[in-house]
Amino acid sequence: MNDEVKRGSVHPSIDEVLVMEGTHAASHAVKLAGVQVIAAYPITPQTGVVEELSEFVSRRELNAKFIKVESEHSAMACCIGASMTGARVFTATSSQGLALMHELLHWASGSRLPIVMVNVNRAMAPPWSIYVDHNDSLSQRDTGWLQFYAESNQEVLDTVLQAYKIAENVLLPVMINLDAFVLSHTSEPVAIPKREYVDEFLPKRQAQFKLDPDDPHAFGALLGPDAYMEMRYKLFQAMEDSRELIRKVDQEYGEMFGRSYGGLVEEYCTEGAEVVLLTSATAVSTARIAVDELRSLGFPVGLAKLRTFRPFPVDEIRSLAERVGRIGVLDRNVSFGATGMIYQETKAVLYNAPVRPKVFGFIAGLGGRDITTETIKDIFSFLMNHDTPECETVWVGLNKVHGEGGS
Amino acid sequence: MGQIKYEMPPEEILSSGHFACPGCGATLTMRYLLKAVGRRTVLAVPACCWSVIDGPVPYSAVGVPLFHTAFETAASVSSGIKAGLEMQGDHETTVVAFAGDGGTFDIGFQALSGAAERNDDFIYLCYDNEAYMNTGIQRSSATPLGAWTTTTPRESPKAERKKNIVEALAAHRIPYIATASVAYPDDMIAKIQRAKEMHGTRFVHVFSPCPPGWKFEPEDSIRISRLAIESRIFPLLEIFDGVEFKLSHEPSGIPVYEYLKAQGRFKHLKEKDIEAIQKRVDEEWERLMAKMNQAGRPADRKNLRPSHKATARKVTD
Repeated sequence: MNDEVKRGSVHPSIDEVLVMEGTHAASHAVKLAGVQVIAAYPITPQTGVVEELSEFVSRRELNAKFIKVESEHSAMACCIGASMTGARVFTATSSQGLALMHELLHWASGSRLPIVMVNVNRAMAPPWSIYVDHNDSLSQRDTGWLQFYAESNQEVLDTVLQAYKIAENVLLPVMINLDAFVLSHTSEPVAIPKREYVDEFLPKRQAQFKLDPDDPHAFGALLGPDAYMEMRYKLFQAMEDSRELIRKVDQEYGEMFGRSYGGLVEEYCTEGAEVVLLTSATAVSTARIAVDELRSLGFPVGLAKLRTFRPFPVDEIRSLAERVGRIGVLDRNVSFGATGMIYQETKAVLYNAPVRPKVFGFIAGLGGRDITTETIKDIFSFLMNHDTPECETVWVGLNKVHGEGGS
Repeated sequence: MGQIKYEMPPEEILSSGHFACPGCGATLTMRYLLKAVGRRTVLAVPACCWSVIDGPVPYSAVGVPLFHTAFETAASVSSGIKAGLEMQGDHETTVVAFAGDGGTFDIGFQALSGAAERNDDFIYLCYDNEAYMNTGIQRSSATPLGAWTTTTPRESPKAERKKNIVEALAAHRIPYIATASVAYPDDMIAKIQRAKEMHGTRFVHVFSPCPPGWKFEPEDSIRISRLAIESRIFPLLEIFDGVEFKLSHEPSGIPVYEYLKAQGRFKHLKEKDIEAIQKRVDEEWERLMAKMNQAGRPADRKNLRPSHKATARKVTD
């Protein structure tokens, strides 16, 4: 993270450095982005986002209308309506709330609306859990939303600002995910950029298509088999186009603010690495420590941080595959009847690749179970001691399960 | 009502070429709505007959911006549209949620209740054709007692009463509620214009006959609408702030039989069924009249609360 801040050499774009939780990093970004309409419903552990935004709005630090809706479903519906008028909009949710929005996630992307949403990753019930895993957002993978996963609170703030620029350019909604409690309720130093820098990076939204009585159109009407497919193709193509834009915007952000995140994938210690772990979100920062330790002991290990899940970084993963012998994928999620979802997708993009390393799937950290440096080192140990995966998925750190021998 | 002198706004904003069935009450409702609110309007239309009636891409018959939205989101999308317009400096445009009874009484009720509680600033117009007509005549909670639908077949017609949506909305204390009928376009337009001049959540409940769904000939739409009102099945009224009830038209109180016999959906009803419906309509009417009387009590607002006899006032007063 944010080496300048650690070292105390302050980048000219930085207004101040505040110690704050991940949820507040999100709300500060929303304030800086000049969001005009917010609609949200409280859910643990997202509440910090909406509480602070309520204060910003009531203190007039942010000139926005905050619609305190009666459900997440209505939150997304309000965002859709407001975004259709050309306004810049925001919502935040988590877990069950995201699941409740599901239908309207399709409506937002199908309407090609640049809505930005922060989702605090929390496990799905039952049984009730308020702790992190990624099944909530990954279950929304086919809704046409871009999905980012943040490693630090600074990255949350920076990615929200990047997200509006990307969304308003490709006309697709963007979801920024952060891990429940590990980021949402953990305080870290966060550099707050100066407003004039943000205004230059992110000008006001200019909506080409909107609900305008001076230029009346109907949006979303019936469309027959003669053209529906082409509309879907255009959405698909927009998501494809977003890859290059994500890289460009991240680079531009880096030039302006002194921080960037590698576009879709950031590689760490992959030079000379024979075994690389691919994972996302806060597990990455833990893995950085494990990799440093193993490297210091002479093990040829490396790390790849999956920053976007949609679009899935095809080129980046294929490029990595050409350089390493084994890729381990650490999933903080599970697709029942299949495997971890990042593992599935990684294997899928490699199947037609010219070079195909062995790919190993690991599931860990569900429902908030800690992923520690030991967890990561166990995974590397497994990877270094196996030439080929013996089974599709290894559950790491699983306790004995009643009625069956745990592994 | 016949003697009201009212000038119908001459401009036809709704164009021909739409996809409505002949005799469609929902389409007359749209026509009168647009006359009343004018072109400076944005419509939010959830899944309902009007998802089809307005026409497929690239057509639209309404002449104002129309956003097709998900079934249960007419109110919540409208809240968002209004907020978006306001934040961009447009304080003039009227936002109208235009939804059927399924999208209002049933699947969209939570969103409507939420918006009404927040008193979000738009008109919600429900055209009530008393069943899921767009999907082929399935019962909704707006379907009346005894009616046939494809999910309440003749052997077991709807056994429950129609949900009283107006009283449910009145309980939210929104500034304005009106009921209206395509049989009285002058009354409907006057009420919508009154709603347009107000702010907050305004609810207009329109009795909207459906020839294929109710099983009658299209040319009888207006006649049947009148029978519903004259038999006291559908009272024409206004409610201010959820508490001040005002009758718009004193019905003659013809037997409900006259209304029921005109429609195939009630054909299976026996004499005792019709008596039971008549009894219920009479009771409901008495309860409603009691509210009208009650509303006359506080002295400071007496002028708004006429006595029972005097309630047959014109909405254009």
